[in-house]
Amino acid sequence: MDVLLQQLINGLILGSLYALVALGYTMVYGILELINFAHGEIVMVGAMVSVSVLAALTAAGVPVALALPLALAAAVVVCVVTGVLVERVAYRPLRNAPRLAPLITAIGVSIVLQNLAMIFWGRQYLSFPPVIEVQVYDVLGATVSNVQILIFVVAALTMGGLLLLVNRTRLGRAMRATAQNREVAGLMGVDVNRVIAATFIVGSALAAVAGLLIASYYGIAHYNMGFILGLKAFSAAVLGGIGNIPGALLGGLLLGVIESLGAGYIGDLTGGFLGSHYQDIFAFLILILVLTFRPSGLLGERVADRA
Amino acid sequence: MSLLEVQGLAVHYGGIRAVKGIDLQVEEGEVVCLIGANGAGKTTTLRALAGLLPAASGSIRYAGSEVTDLPVHARARIGISLVPEGRGVFPRLTVAENLDMGAYSRRDRAEISADLEHVYGLFPRLYERRSQTGGTLSGGEQQMLSLGRALMSRPRLLLLDEPSMGLAPLAVQKIFETIRLIAAAGMTLLLVEQNARLALESSRRGYVLEGGCIVHQDDAAALLASPRVRAAYLGA
Ligand SMILES: Nc1ncnc2c1ncn2[C@@H]1O[C@H](COP(=O)(O)OP(=O)(O)OP(=O)(O)O)[C@@H](O)[C@H]1O
Ligand SMILES: [Mg+2]
Repeated sequence: MDVLLQQLINGLILGSLYALVALGYTMVYGILELINFAHGEIVMVGAMVSVSVLAALTAAGVPVALALPLALAAAVVVCVVTGVLVERVAYRPLRNAPRLAPLITAIGVSIVLQNLAMIFWGRQYLSFPPVIEVQVYDVLGATVSNVQILIFVVAALTMGGLLLLVNRTRLGRAMRATAQNREVAGLMGVDVNRVIAATFIVGSALAAVAGLLIASYYGIAHYNMGFILGLKAFSAAVLGGIGNIPGALLGGLLLGVIESLGAGYIGDLTGGFLGSHYQDIFAFLILILVLTFRPSGLLGERVADRA
Repeated sequence: MSLLEVQGLAVHYGGIRAVKGIDLQVEEGEVVCLIGANGAGKTTTLRALAGLLPAASGSIRYAGSEVTDLPVHARARIGISLVPEGRGVFPRLTVAENLDMGAYSRRDRAEISADLEHVYGLFPRLYERRSQTGGTLSGGEQQMLSLGRALMSRPRLLLLDEPSMGLAPLAVQKIFETIRLIAAAGMTLLLVEQNARLALESSRRGYVLEGGCIVHQDDAAALLASPRVRAAYLGA
């Protein structure tokens, strides 16, 4: 088996999931200059809702082809409602407050969502029902499963849709204008509050898709899963250049590949001292390195352009 | 009835009273200027008219209705357009996308493309630069873009804040030529300028703002001739 190719494939699939979550961070940051730390929790909510709904539907004998889309739809609805509520209740009143205030609020929201999820779903892991019969294909000595392919395709389609929305539609243009100069966007007739709400809607819908895919990738969902995942996706967004949409895609994919290669070789690198379960350190190493040496990230503009 | 009727408008920044209860009117089709020294409150007045700053007291009536409490986007949609101090070009949108944003509230596609032709006709330089991002334009080009973008909204009342600021004499000439052209076509303009002579020469009437109060108002020709205005603002 070709280890390098195998780790690359695994990395790209994992990376497409990071990218999906990183987009949510970067879109909100682009428009509000707010690091929405609660975004990881929205992904968790998406995972929990989709797993519960899927389990209930398949138990009731609903065919998979119907149950999966329904589970996704339920996750999207719950995530969007949660995201919009969070913006309205927690962030909007602080729109003109010093920047530390919304940041601390975001951490608070994240703790609240985690606890609500724990109360609602309990502390046990929910397992993703085995709705798809796994088939493994051989690719040049490496293996890839139909589920992995499906995950990657859905993530890619979702991101493609987002790019079209942002670059080709009237709402997308209003989003970009609002991110670049909120006051002037208002002068053009853009209802800035609605555009900001729309950004949270889109970001939360992406989080719902990511939640379902991540739950199927790992086979489980847990009230606690949003925290590390959120930090990693945030690191990916910073790696690509926070506020930059292509940057979030690139950062997510890169982080996935680095993590996966790192996990494959970390044992050799440290003479067996660290095992592959230490793969989480790579995201944070990257975060520290980027913040130290290139805070604008790989694709981020120079600060002067952000006037 | 005037297109714009302002009564007792006061605007505060926290405890700082920047505009202290001013009255002014602009008739439909008229060009009016507001002149004054640095810090007199000119920008503050225009921003309050556009809805970027709340009025502490007083009323703003536009086209016969009260707009004092309308949010900025709603005022833009009924035809009040501000070309802000410093131009406010979207730096990472192209020239064409910036102009498109000007027409954001409009749905009449055919008319929009006709207006786009018109703006490119006024500023051929913008046409040449249409796929370049706003941030890469020179100061003069950004001013053209900001003005052209405002025209794309088909405003009924155009508020201009220091269109000559920071521009070379030739660029100032070009911008004012265009402003006169727009005015001659019947646009209603409220013009704020440091360059009082240029402003008065392009206007029918003028107001003089000092320390947040209007201290003078008259026909532009009379203000140009007034010894007090000449001494304070025209360097003569
Ligand atoms: N954001 C702000 N916070 C506090 N005070 C402000 C603010 N903006 C303006 N001011 C004050 O309000 C007063 C009027 O300012 P304004 O910008 O309206 O003047 P202006 O006539 O446009 O001057 P200039 O010709 O320099 O542009 C000034 O004293 C200024 O210091
Ligand atoms: Mg000013």
